[in-house]
Amino acid sequence: MSRQRTLRVWRGDGSSGQFEEYTCDVDEGMVVLDLIHQVQKHHAPDLACRWNCKAGKCGSCSMEINGKPKLSCMTRLSDYEEGAVIQVQPLKTFPIIKDLATDVSWNFRQNERITPFTPPQLPEDGDYRMQQVDVDRVQEFRKCIECFLCQDTCHILRDHEKKEGFVGPRFMIRVAQLEMHPLDTVDRIPATRDEYGSGMCNITRCCTEVCPEHINITDNGIIPMKERVVDRFYDPVTIVLRRVFGWGKRA
Amino acid sequence: MPTDISEIDTITHDVIVLGAGGAGLRAAIECSRQGLDCGVVCKSLLGKAHTVMAEGGAAAALGNADKRDNWKFHFRDTMRGAKFLNQWRMAELHAKEAPDRIRELEAWGAVFDRTKEGLINQRNFGGHRYPRLAHVGDRTGLELIRTLQDKGVHSGLSVHMECTALGLLTDGGRVSGLVCYWRETGRFVIFRAKAIIFATGGFGKAWRITSNSWEYTGDGQRMAYDVGAELMDMEFTQFHPTGMVWPPSVAGILVTEGVRGEGGVLRNSEGKRFMFEYIPERFAPETADSEEEAQRWLDGDDSSRRPPELLTRDVVARAIYNEVKEGRGSKHGGAYLNISHRGEAYIKKKLPSMYHQFKELAEVDITKEPMEVGPTFHYAMGGIRVDHDSQMTNVPGLFACGECAAGLHGANRLGGNSLSDLLVFGRRAGLGAKEFIDANPDLPALDEAQANKILDWAKAPLMRESGENPYVLHDELRDAMTAHVGIWRDEEGLAAGIEVIEQMRARVANVKAHGSSQYNPSWSEALDLDSLLLCAEAVARGAKMRQESRGAHSRVDFQGEREEWGKYNIVIKKGDDGQMSIERVDRGEDPPHLAKIARATLEQLEAGDV
Amino acid sequence: MATTGGHVQGFGQTNRTDRWWVGPAATAGGLGAWLLYYAWAAFQGKYWAAGPYISPFYITYTHPTSVTDTSPAYAFWGMWPEWWPALITPALILGFLPGTFRVTCYYYRKAYYRAFFGMPPGCAVGPRPVNYRGETGLLLFQNLHRYTLYLALLLLPILYYEAALSYSWGGELGIGLGSVILTINCFLITGYTLGCHAWRHLIGGRLNCFSCDGISEARHGAWRFTTWLNIRHMRFAWMSLYWFLFTDVFIRLMSMGYLPDINTWNGISWIADFH
Repeated sequence: MSRQRTLRVWRGDGSSGQFEEYTCDVDEGMVVLDLIHQVQKHHAPDLACRWNCKAGKCGSCSMEINGKPKLSCMTRLSDYEEGAVIQVQPLKTFPIIKDLATDVSWNFRQNERITPFTPPQLPEDGDYRMQQVDVDRVQEFRKCIECFLCQDTCHILRDHEKKEGFVGPRFMIRVAQLEMHPLDTVDRIPATRDEYGSGMCNITRCCTEVCPEHINITDNGIIPMKERVVDRFYDPVTIVLRRVFGWGKRA
Repeated sequence: MPTDISEIDTITHDVIVLGAGGAGLRAAIECSRQGLDCGVVCKSLLGKAHTVMAEGGAAAALGNADKRDNWKFHFRDTMRGAKFLNQWRMAELHAKEAPDRIRELEAWGAVFDRTKEGLINQRNFGGHRYPRLAHVGDRTGLELIRTLQDKGVHSGLSVHMECTALGLLTDGGRVSGLVCYWRETGRFVIFRAKAIIFATGGFGKAWRITSNSWEYTGDGQRMAYDVGAELMDMEFTQFHPTGMVWPPSVAGILVTEGVRGEGGVLRNSEGKRFMFEYIPERFAPETADSEEEAQRWLDGDDSSRRPPELLTRDVVARAIYNEVKEGRGSKHGGAYLNISHRGEAYIKKKLPSMYHQFKELAEVDITKEPMEVGPTFHYAMGGIRVDHDSQMTNVPGLFACGECAAGLHGANRLGGNSLSDLLVFGRRAGLGAKEFIDANPDLPALDEAQANKILDWAKAPLMRESGENPYVLHDELRDAMTAHVGIWRDEEGLAAGIEVIEQMRARVANVKAHGSSQYNPSWSEALDLDSLLLCAEAVARGAKMRQESRGAHSRVDFQGEREEWGKYNIVIKKGDDGQMSIERVDRGEDPPHLAKIARATLEQLEAGDV
Repeated sequence: MATTGGHVQGFGQTNRTDRWWVGPAATAGGLGAWLLYYAWAAFQGKYWAAGPYISPFYITYTHPTSVTDTSPAYAFWGMWPEWWPALITPALILGFLPGTFRVTCYYYRKAYYRAFFGMPPGCAVGPRPVNYRGETGLLLFQNLHRYTLYLALLLLPILYYEAALSYSWGGELGIGLGSVILTINCFLITGYTLGCHAWRHLIGGRLNCFSCDGISEARHGAWRFTTWLNIRHMRFAWMSLYWFLFTDVFIRLMSMGYLPDINTWNGISWIADFH
């Protein structure tokens, strides 16, 4: 049951470009990435687009489909009205390399700013011990496939372009994952406020809405980090308890 | 595009690691730990490598889930799974060192699922005597790569992302550098190093139906072969019996063995539960012979025998293939795998990712309707031949580890052994490079003529006025490989496959990449074709030579294992005439101290007699 | 304004083709309508009690200037001093406690930043072009959400007390439609309050080890319960908000004689039946 579908795709580089339309045969069950591959094969062999696993596991094929940040390998053509043109664009938040490929290297630099996991000395029997209930929260954040859709949709990075002041949702949950790790010994709370910019987030939750791994970035990651910052810097009671009685300090 | 070598940027490191999957990152981290200046070159972004797709876990005899487990059991399981065609020493090192590599990951931040005692939990898997797979739900590969990535960026590695390697340079037989291009700009770059580690993965993209990703084009195998490295065991390619077959866009994506473990039933288009027809003689005594008995087993009756759907992967894969070939396939050319009789709540609890995978990609509700499944190319047991301890190839200074290297898995890989392979031999490759550089501390010279040759080859598809469409050629190769070098092989089909490959080679020499060199996927597609063809040819020729059926290699015309063939590995290299040379290499005597363990009975091992 | 990549720039600008504005519009409508009603009801100062029922808007209050013959004599705080200005109705004071709690609530912040402030109005929709500082500048007070939680927690026992009193009329225990409405009101507000993000942090979220000792294990249990509510925080926020309003409307209409109550004291009973 072969049909046709028209893809409207942005072609160009960092300085200029325009939308081009291509019409291809499509099969039942196809995803947007398949349509892009059809365009490459039959119309525009040099159409730039990142992809790897095509199974929603690597997070490479992020783009904006009809204005929404999505993984193109997990977005089915049948989600869109038959006959309607589907529009694809590169991520807005990052500089364009070519066509649908953007320069996401800023994200990798943010990871370098975050103090890595630092466990205590290994116990004598050679095994660290952690209970499942203590790592459940951490494991949720570790589902992240670094597709950077959350970074793309975050208005702080996307529209206000405050990339100097905020590491973005992906790295807020990276920090949260380290801070909630039952073995980690480093204190990243001052950096969370001053360097990673937890105060910049106004919790409008778009990061959580676009996450293909369904990680609850806002409620489970960013807000708990904001509350830990409050404990340290804004709540007079916890500040006094901590200063005077050493309350809440890590072992 | 510069034509003069002097206009090309040169980057020098002590050691270059090509590939940033699990093996590459582990090797690079080891190099850094050894005080080497290490550069990692990878063709995608950091953290996107194929390792993320591993689900089940990493096999290591930690003995957390069952205290009786130790390296000897793991070693024995690996040897038997490999049908004794793997390298004894590698299997020994792997079994002994895997537990430390897993514990080390934990110290670097990996968060594995836990036992009640708070230790790393381990799960059962096919071929493993005890629960042995350290895991994180069904996303262990992601955990592994993210851990290594974070460790790596804080270990002083220089990561060169989206940089595609084109060819190796040598200086008096020793590797001296790597010619690459940046995807973003299309500009060439030459990396110079004292040692180079390949961790480039497999080559499943030469097949139509595969669970492999875009990157799996066999670049490492081709580049190593070109400078004289040997390839081994290339005929052993693992087909997983259950991949998705529909819709076309997701064909090949894995359907976990857990579906059958939970009671999934395979039927053909006539509604017949065909696996009962395919029970091998040696498994007949322990396999149910009627649907009633299979159902009783599922209901928990200990005196009943296992359903035939739970036979080994190669048996099930061949059976499904046969049903389709004889015209009893499902609507889209597979078999029907049905789990709906277990009820909605149970399925959603036990197989959540399968439920979502089918719901989102195929609009199939597996709690109500059957899945369509068929065999999918999954893993290359063969690859670049390496020294067992140092992972160095026969080309001095060139190392290989991970899926691109051969030796650990022999004729068949056990599930869970690939992730531990990456860690154990990634580290060993790093140590090997350190040892090599200590003995050979000078930076080898750059041979401009060699580099120019590679550059000319790389530029050709862009420079041509017109020529073949690389996407179409790739498609044709994939169809041919699936048709002729699939699960069941025979002399005639393999010969036909080789003929197709040879004809295609001439066409690939005339391939045209339209557009500029900047981020041009058709250019990379055009350049990948040579690597794909090389691997395809090596597999086909190896398969044609090996006149027996062993592990993942099945010959219609030579069924069953032949004792004589158990003495040889097939080694392929570039002959002096430039043609592919292929020979049987004698495995030599079995090392007695290891053979004793591998051939011991379980009772002997459990009693500690060996 | 179009930019490279085919993106559009500017407030409310987007390439989204779905009806993204439905969400913020509904939020603005829902919150706006509630606030209008509240503003009117809070100053109006009449018809806030009927029979054994007292509107949660006025729950702590019996103001001398608005005492009518339908006022119950048992309001929680008793009579307020004579000098109290009539314009500052108790509904306003009362509104301050849960009001600040809701204003600084992590859910409502999302709702009104999107619906009223356009920061941003929707995902991948252009926000108002301002020098954005998030919650670091003027909005730093949002960090004191936990103190508004303490105030809101204080209110809970009072709500339950008043709801409990509605089960008795003229010294006779019983139950009426109003008692049920008031009780549901308590449950919804409790569900909302205990699903609070700050509460979730304080009760257990701040710990890194839940299994290390008995107290931590107990706190983990509480944290899990709060997490269950927290996942439904938005739902509880809206349900409790409007049920609160509905409770007031019911008592108001009853006290005005437009609606009867159904109860065990008088069967179907109009306001006059309670005299």
